[in-house]
Amino acid sequence: MDGMTLSEIGSLLVMQGFNGLSFFSVLLLMALGLAIIFGQMGVINMAHGEFLTIGAYTTYLLSVVATDYAPWFMNFYFIAAIFVGFIVAFIVGYLVEWSMIRHLYRRPLDSLLATWGLSLIMQQAFRSTFGPKEVSATLPDWLMGSYAPTDTIDIPLNGLFVMGLTLLLTGAVALLIFRSRWGLHVRATTQNRAMSGAVGIDTAKVDRLTFALGCGIAGVAGAAFTTIGSTGPTSGSLYIVDTFLVVVFGGAQSLLGTIASAFSIAQAQSTLEFFMTGSMAKVLTLLTIIGILMLRPEGLFRMRVRK
Amino acid sequence: MIEVKDFTVSYGESEVVHQVGFKAGQGEIVAVLGRNGMGKSTLFKSLIGILPSKAGSLKVDNQELAGMPSHQRVRRGLAYVPQGRMVFPTLTVLENVMTGLRDRRSEVPEEIYSLFPVLAEMKRRKAGNLSGGQQQQLVIARALVTNPKVLLLDEPTEGIQPSIIKDLARLLVEIKRLRGLTIVVSEQVLSFALDVADRLLVIDRGQIVDEMTRDQADAAVLGRYLSV
Repeated sequence: MDGMTLSEIGSLLVMQGFNGLSFFSVLLLMALGLAIIFGQMGVINMAHGEFLTIGAYTTYLLSVVATDYAPWFMNFYFIAAIFVGFIVAFIVGYLVEWSMIRHLYRRPLDSLLATWGLSLIMQQAFRSTFGPKEVSATLPDWLMGSYAPTDTIDIPLNGLFVMGLTLLLTGAVALLIFRSRWGLHVRATTQNRAMSGAVGIDTAKVDRLTFALGCGIAGVAGAAFTTIGSTGPTSGSLYIVDTFLVVVFGGAQSLLGTIASAFSIAQAQSTLEFFMTGSMAKVLTLLTIIGILMLRPEGLFRMRVRK
Repeated sequence: MIEVKDFTVSYGESEVVHQVGFKAGQGEIVAVLGRNGMGKSTLFKSLIGILPSKAGSLKVDNQELAGMPSHQRVRRGLAYVPQGRMVFPTLTVLENVMTGLRDRRSEVPEEIYSLFPVLAEMKRRKAGNLSGGQQQQLVIARALVTNPKVLLLDEPTEGIQPSIIKDLARLLVEIKRLRGLTIVVSEQVLSFALDVADRLLVIDRGQIVDEMTRDQADAAVLGRYLSV
């Protein structure tokens, strides 16, 4: 770092930190979905990354439609893509739960294998449909460019947008879980499935909605992802390992834990990447997480009540 | 109101409840007496649908419920208070009661708070932090908001202070009087059963072996079934 002034280093840190925040946003959206699905029914959805890819390809398709057929749509298509990405991923998730997952609830190992198989099938389907090459959605003008608070700091607008979207969606999920009747049913079923049925909750319906909602959120993560990376058949699966880390590290049933752990993992990764190679950064992050999990096996946050 | 016939439950190959049959009419409290391991809890779990029944029929208000999932039985008028209470420990008291409400917009009726004033005071507390007696009131309230015709209680006195057991008996009789519902309660504590029940059934090794009204009940005979 020779020849840099202190203020230049400071600016670099801010920008690198901001890159971490964009990574944090996508990771958090993915982890939210995975965590509510895992918390609700104990299913580890190995195909969760592919639902991100669904959202990303949906956004790409809409951008193609906008550029080729409807230039007037160009400025708005991205907003539409967020909703359409959610809906498409929600519907696919709903069908997957109905046709496959619900038959495997009492068999965690089988559900792991089955969802992994599903992930391979979906990846191949993407490859056959869109080709193996990565594609990029053309971003509308208002997402391009950057915001420069000082001469040396450049904060990309797309990153800011993704972060805003993440905050909004996390807030919405928190509201749903802690204030809605569906959320109450989710929390009851998570704690005692048999008893939830015995007070009249249709747990099968709650499962299906929860799974679909988790997938829908991953679809939104996919739309957000297109602003910071290009989309390929395996884009989503690259995120799945990090997402699992976030969920396990945060403590599976805690929304706050998920947020805190997504934040610390994303920041650690992107700050360390600046000082060393990407893989060394990953090794260091992983070692730290393993260390912390050995001390706190239930993750960062857990509920405390008398048993 | 509830009519059980040839009801059989088994764990895998071993049959635990053998062709149990009983009836209870509207506004009647029936106690099922028996020692530990005689099949009381298995019978009750199977009546609400947590365990599958192997054969037999279960009718509530002349509707056949055997084979249905739990939540549909609850919708047709059956409610269940399990052994060990099973509150949702990290939900608040209010949220616990609300899990029993089906209509999205409905609120917890005032009547519940007048029956269980302690729940009104503790609305915002986590249910897991309540005492055993308070949790027992909470799960009865949670069952009552489903507007049941038949209430099943599995060993409600277990783990409750002796001084509170009397209150619990009064409460059950009061609920029956207010709501005119049918209560089937399994019990090992004879004095409690004699306080609440109009009729007593004795379960032994998974079969109903004796039946009597409260007036006919002979403490000495019943004591033999209950002592080890």
